[in-house]
Amino acid sequence: MAYLRAFGAYLPARRVRNEELSALVDATPEWILSATGIEERRYAAAEDSVAALGVRAAQDCLQNAGVAGEELGMILLASGSSERFCPGPASQVAAELGLSATPALDIPVASCGSLIALAMAAQFAPRVGLVLVIGAEIMSRRIELTPQGKDTAILFGDGAGACLVDANTGFAGIVDFALHTEGAAAKILKIENDRFQMDGRSVILQASRKIPRAIHEVLERNGLTANDPAAYLLHQANLNLITRIAASLKAPEDRFYANVSRYGNTSSASLLIAACEWHRTLSGPLTAPVVFSAFGAGLNWGALLAVPS
Amino acid sequence: MEQHTRILKILQRVSGKQINPGQDESLFASGLLDSFALTDFVCGLEEEFGVTVPDSDLSARKFDTITKVSAYLTSKTK
Repeated sequence: MAYLRAFGAYLPARRVRNEELSALVDATPEWILSATGIEERRYAAAEDSVAALGVRAAQDCLQNAGVAGEELGMILLASGSSERFCPGPASQVAAELGLSATPALDIPVASCGSLIALAMAAQFAPRVGLVLVIGAEIMSRRIELTPQGKDTAILFGDGAGACLVDANTGFAGIVDFALHTEGAAAKILKIENDRFQMDGRSVILQASRKIPRAIHEVLERNGLTANDPAAYLLHQANLNLITRIAASLKAPEDRFYANVSRYGNTSSASLLIAACEWHRTLSGPLTAPVVFSAFGAGLNWGALLAVPS
Repeated sequence: MEQHTRILKILQRVSGKQINPGQDESLFASGLLDSFALTDFVCGLEEEFGVTVPDSDLSARKFDTITKVSAYLTSKTK
């Protein structure tokens, strides 16, 4: 067993509202809001890097947990938008945290990367102790703010989230996960030539089916129904998609935490940013299971189940 | 009821629009389908025609026109 102990997040200061985008992409602010549920997103400063955002989320998480960097047994960093492919940002984050021998691994998977990292952390934690999972993205450098780039430009934002997975203690234990990959459909969602390319209709079609199926998989395997979890923490891709998934599962929509209206789609960071904000809203100990789920490039998708400690 | 009419009824139901597109007119360009209506459309086809659309066929291009939808359904029911 491994436990969710703490979360952290970092959002850049610059807010980009739909009004600012609308002239660039030739779409009205109202249309952007109705199509995505997004009102604004954050853009990183020109001098920032994916690693820099990751470090700030990591520091927030470690501070929330009362843990020093040198106590970490491993770092797993998910990012699809890192400016440098090899080595990726994980080793830089480790260095910034003052670590010189702690393993720090990159998971270069957009959107679903932090879910994969959480599942991997649950496996590694019993061996290494504390695993810091980070999702960090600067997606604003992977889009085109033009009418031709509208479909992706209206969606994405920048940010970073983090989660400390502990072998011994935490507010919820990770009891199960389901991870899946379908490479044959990879072409519908990819970063190529430094630009995000997406067949949005096919992505929604695929995600609308795969996410509920993965959630059912972990719930049924553990004798739970869709009504049992206290919260669903999903990759924040599109508010309409989250609403559809809630309806598909026949689960109360208010249990699906959503902050996509404020940050847009921050790819692999979004799951952990949402988890961080959701965790802050808890007024007492967790009393029912929590489900994490994500879908993204690969195609990769899955779900993870955590239950109160 | 012929296949075309059944497809059109599903389209009009999921879109909430009484539009009658041409056989080869894009269902997206005609305003009948958007990303989310497409998902409902595919579910509607499965229910109406008793077919299962596997994940490997979940591509918007396969459902872009009535001609393509008809060809797909024919291939599934052979």
